[in-house]
Amino acid sequence: MKRVLPYPLLFAGLLLMWLLLQQSFGLGHILLGAVIAFGATHAMAALQPERPTIGRPDKIIRLIVLVLADIIRSNLAVARIILAGGRGEHKSGFILLPLELRDKSGLAVLSCIVTATPGSAWLEYDPVGSTVLVHVLDLIDEQEWIDTIKHRYEALLLEIFQ
Amino acid sequence: MSAAILFWTLAAAQVMLALAMIATIYRVIKGPRAQDRIVSLDALYLNAMLLLVVFGIRYGTAVYFEVALIISLLGFVGTVALAKFLMRGEVIE
Amino acid sequence: MIPDDLPLWLSLLVGICVLAGAFLTLVGSIGLARLSSFYERIHAPTLGSSLGTGFILLGSVLYFSVTGQRLSVHEVLIFIFVSVTTPVTLMLLARAALYRDREEGAGEVPPSRFGRDDG
Repeated sequence: MKRVLPYPLLFAGLLLMWLLLQQSFGLGHILLGAVIAFGATHAMAALQPERPTIGRPDKIIRLIVLVLADIIRSNLAVARIILAGGRGEHKSGFILLPLELRDKSGLAVLSCIVTATPGSAWLEYDPVGSTVLVHVLDLIDEQEWIDTIKHRYEALLLEIFQ
Repeated sequence: MSAAILFWTLAAAQVMLALAMIATIYRVIKGPRAQDRIVSLDALYLNAMLLLVVFGIRYGTAVYFEVALIISLLGFVGTVALAKFLMRGEVIE
Repeated sequence: MIPDDLPLWLSLLVGICVLAGAFLTLVGSIGLARLSSFYERIHAPTLGSSLGTGFILLGSVLYFSVTGQRLSVHEVLIFIFVSVTTPVTLMLLARAALYRDREEGAGEVPPSRFGRDDG
């Protein structure tokens, strides 16, 4: 079973997505979708991704709510900076952030969160020293940004990816 | 009445998105460096994709959404390829 | 085409969503044109790719769900795709820019920390 269909959930999801995109459940579409989903699951298996270990799935919803709230807030903050003139009043800069999170999936999620929220961008992760270089558009207090990222997201991600 | 409201708000949104595209094109032309141009190209295709979505709402057809989906897929691949090219480090621009 | 018997609340709601999204995208693009350095400009497009896209697609989902013309699968897919890919492209570009700036010895860029473990 594992050999023929390495990722059964992914297969079902892709087939369902294909049928929904076609907006029809005809035999031809089911066959074509199954062939494409079959090929895609085998391509995925060829990449040999690491399976992430998720310790606390219940915390994911909290993370999503937190990220949504932060995205709305930082959208408004960045929009205000841009409309206020773009140069002058705000001061941007680089921050070197020490991290305790080592899990690869957790780091990937954290980097996407940091970059997707306007006003902060993840630039470069250093696996040796376990630090990350972050650029911040409105750098008033460096320590405050470090605390925000570490306490709001890293603590939660450390719980999720045990 | 309500159809007219929606028609004009969608038209206003389209004008805004077109202006956004002009702003990104300005940055594509001005540069000054290759990475600035690529970031702007990325934003340009995103704006074009959103403009097509608004067109889709206006005309009520699924075709625009398929086009938008394909633009977002291909745009990502293109930008990643360009970024990889920069990482390889050509020296002369 | 927009049907004539559209409920007023729906047209207002969809209109507000689409306008808000378009406005945020416009502000982001203006930021791209106005901000003064590359690392500042990298923050501007996320305005359009996060809430800008979110609002416009939300308007579209609302409109097509209530009028019942089509199933909004495309919007969900576009949203997932844009919200996953934009951070990836921005990170790649930022790393390319860091690499190039260090190569040329441009000021204001922090030096590479690879190979050091002084924390």
